[in-house]
Amino acid sequence: MTVSIRIPTVLRPQTGGSASVAFDGATIGEVLGAMVAAHPGLAGQVFSADGSLHKFVNIYVNDDDVRYTGGLETPVADGDEVTILPAVAGGAA
Amino acid sequence: MLTIRHETQLEVIAHCVSCVPEEACGLLIGDYASGLVHHVVPTENVAHSAMVYTVDPAAFLAADKEAARAGFDVIGVYHSHTHTEAYPSPTDVGQAPDPGWHYVLVSLRDIVPVFRSYSIVDGTVTEELVITQ
Repeated sequence: MTVSIRIPTVLRPQTGGSASVAFDGATIGEVLGAMVAAHPGLAGQVFSADGSLHKFVNIYVNDDDVRYTGGLETPVADGDEVTILPAVAGGAA
Repeated sequence: MLTIRHETQLEVIAHCVSCVPEEACGLLIGDYASGLVHHVVPTENVAHSAMVYTVDPAAFLAADKEAARAGFDVIGVYHSHTHTEAYPSPTDVGQAPDPGWHYVLVSLRDIVPVFRSYSIVDGTVTEELVITQ
């Protein structure tokens, strides 16, 4: 299964400026694993030290947040579009 | 440097006023390299708080996809401070996701709204020039 991954501006320095990359895998975990193997600078941005998804990043397969669809075990199919986005928060507190 | 149309600035301020007493938030869509804002996307503050904001992640995803289709990027975020100055709080600095983004603060502390923009790089806040077109 080859899926495209859209890279947010903050992470593009780690992909040589590319806004989109494509990798193979049967699950989102496999696809992201292949991505960080090719672009090691992304590893600490996407995964925590324990291998789980970083809390400040949201990963979507098409329109679904993978935290609610099985996490890293979420299956992917040919043609799926993965999007990586940072969480955006703050405030006066 | 942030370049934004006057009417877009007013749209941001109007959204911020409409959300009082809660903080408002939204996304700046435009050219990442130059800081030219094409338009803004007001988003729900899913924290629904007068003290903190969280951009609705689903709205961010939709805005990001729409921006990419139009040849733009999400280039920053705006939010309001309802009772403090238009300067990034320690919370804002700690959670700033992108050193290339523009962080617009609208203060509603006084009767006249204050609109300012900042870069936040490795925890260092720098006010940037806002050019109104």
